[in-house]
This record gives sequence, structure tokens and C-alpha cells, in this order.
Amino acid sequence: MSKSIETGTDANFDEMVRDSAVPVLVDFWAPWCGPCRMVGPVLEEVAAEYAGKAKVVKVNVDENTQVAGTLGIRSIPTVALFYKGAVKETLVGARPKQDFTDVLDRALGESLSN
Amino acid sequence: MGATGYAKDVIIIGGGPAGYAAAIYAVRAGRSTLLIEGLQPGGQLTTTTDVENYPGFAIPITGPELMTAMRDQAKRVGTEYINDVVESVDLSQRPFKVRVGMGELEARTLIIATGATAKYLGLESEQTFIGRGVSACATCDGFFYRGRRVAVIGGGDTAAEEALYLTNHAKEVLLVHRRGELRASQIMAGRVQKNNKITPKWHRELDEVLGDETGVTGVRLRDPRTNETEVLDLDGVFVAIGHRPNTDFLGGQLALNDAGYLITAPDSTRTSVDGVFAAGDVQDSVFRQAVTAAGTGAMAGIEASRFLEEQP
Repeated sequence: MSKSIETGTDANFDEMVRDSAVPVLVDFWAPWCGPCRMVGPVLEEVAAEYAGKAKVVKVNVDENTQVAGTLGIRSIPTVALFYKGAVKETLVGARPKQDFTDVLDRALGESLSN
Repeated sequence: MGATGYAKDVIIIGGGPAGYAAAIYAVRAGRSTLLIEGLQPGGQLTTTTDVENYPGFAIPITGPELMTAMRDQAKRVGTEYINDVVESVDLSQRPFKVRVGMGELEARTLIIATGATAKYLGLESEQTFIGRGVSACATCDGFFYRGRRVAVIGGGDTAAEEALYLTNHAKEVLLVHRRGELRASQIMAGRVQKNNKITPKWHRELDEVLGDETGVTGVRLRDPRTNETEVLDLDGVFVAIGHRPNTDFLGGQLALNDAGYLITAPDSTRTSVDGVFAAGDVQDSVFRQAVTAAGTGAMAGIEASRFLEEQP
């Protein structure tokens, strides 16, 4: 089974997300969060479809408290779009797949016009 | 998938106690049954902890466990599931059409079991800070407020439950209610009163959520009797003022009562359109319990099947 989604941690977050050349959707989740379990499989599909053009990274907030704290995230699931080192958009709560692909399309569209 | 002319006997919209119970009854009546689970499979119970009042569980079961059990049972008897969001329906003629993200489905009967969603107050400052200090789910987000001070807005059982749950994490919980006493049940009100971490703020309404780029930093409360305001520092605001039935996708094709709930015929789950039935919180503003949702779900499954006998 191929793993399209990478695992982000407090330790590797800068390198994996902030320093990424492509847009990154960061999925802040926890094992006890029901709606997060809904978002997980949806983002797996998104990761597969956008492979090479964008990344999806999952951060377990139970185990990695620093990253979520720095970003002021107090609710999960929260999916944040990182591009060029900064947060561009944030989606809070379970959403249909289109909401996530729209966010990536906007970021990729912006990069094409530059 | 598309409009293939292959219609299901029963399509159930909604994956909570009402939906799963309806599925069990429809499938066992020999009807081809598809259940469309939306964004929160299991429904509102997936965000509760112990369920103490669902009959059959002397030792409390958790909401997620109970919903997994219901879902598994409905699946085992033969319910087909899809995970998608219903964007719209067309009830003008049978078979009814259901538009989901991945295409269009057809149904000879429809059971609406979409439940209700937590209401927000509607303040602009509230919307600004959703996910960054404003929440409508204590069990989901209480984790982020360990050792902090939070407020719960509301005066009913939901507000009482949220406040009690939050005392597991927060150091102080302010329970903000515009009246002078809770309208919660006696047992819940009693537990709130005995809990030292809960400070009631009577005769107060939320005027504005205050914060900055880091998130919520406080609230301004107003006394509706005098219009005097006070500012309090805190890190989280949990809105617990009630629920709104999920009926937007119906586009006004079914009759709703003044509070927005689907109207069903007395002692029945029949709606204003023949062949469409409604069960659970989407049509119940009075009881709103898992067991009553499962009860009306079973009724809907039976009524849909009987309807098909007369009008295949």
C-alpha cells in the first residue's frame, strides 16, 4: 500500500512543511477525534491525485503540541494550507473533498501566474 | 454513477441512530437500501463521551462505541453505504433524485435522517475565531484548554454537559446564561452547582469575542437588564445554545415548522411528500434523544417498506 501522506512532527515540521517548494495541506488530527477520521481518507485521495504538485502532511496534536500551539490551532480537524513558508488558508472541521481540492487549486493557480 | 434508471427501494440520508435504525428495518423488510453518510458518520453521538440513558447499557457505553455498534449492525444485515454529501434532491416525481458529490442517485422512497447541527450566536467576532478559541464541541476541543479559563454560553442540558466536561481540562469554566437560573434538567443543574470549577455568570449575554492573531483572548459580556458590560480574560468560548435541523439541502420541497424542523404526520414519519419520510432530530425538537431517533428511524423503515407495497 503506497503512503501518499507524510507524517509531520514538532521536530521535522519546518523542513517538511515550511521549507517545501510545493503547497502543503497540513491535517491536524488526533486519534480520539471522530470528525478527523472522516477527513483522513478524503485527504488520502487528495494526496494521491496531487502527487508531485502538492503534499499532504498529517500532524498528530496529541504527540506534537508545539506546532499546533504556535499556529493558534484550538480545534480539530483543522487543515491548514502552507505555501512559501506561511499559512495561506485554514479549514476548520470536516469538509467535503472539494473544499480541500479548491484550496490546492487556488494555490497552484497562483503559482502558475507568477 | 449517474442517473441510470436503476433506482434503490430506499435511500436514507444521514448516518446517526435514526438512519441506521431505518436501514436495519428497511433491509430486513427485503428492500434494497442505500444509506448516505455525510461528514460525520455516527452523527451527534460521536462527540459525546458516556451515554448513560440509552436503554440496554447498565454500564455506560461511549457515544462513538454505540454508533459503531449501530453502524456495524446495519451493515451486517445488508445496508449499502456511501460516504458523500447530498447537495440537493428532486422530489417533484418518483423515483426521487438525490444529487451527491459523485453523481446522481434515484430512490423509490426517501428517508431524511440528517439530524441537527450546533447553532452559533451569529456574531461576526464569533465567526472570526472559530477554530481559534471559539467552538461548539467541548469533547472535540476541550483538549486544547488544559489549565486554562473558558466560557460556555447557554443554559440548557447541552451547556451544562459541556461545562461539566470541560472541568476535566480547564482550570475554570464560566457558564454564561442570560437568565438567572439554568433551564437544564434537575440532575444536570445539580451537578453544575456542585462543581467547584464552574462559575455561573447569570444575566449575561455574549456581546463580543475578543482576540488577536494568536486567537481568543477574552470576551465582553452584557447584562441584558442594564446593558452594562464587562470584559473577562479567557482562552476559549464554547457555544451551547441549541441545535438547528439540517434541512437546507431540501430546498424548501418539504414542509417545515416555524422552528425549521420537518413536519411529520401524527404518529408517523410521513412528510408533506408521499414516499418521503423523516426520522430523528431533523423532525424532533421535543425529545432529541438517541433512543427516540432510533425509534422514529425504525418507524420510517417500516413505513417506507409498507408504502412500497402499495406504490412500488
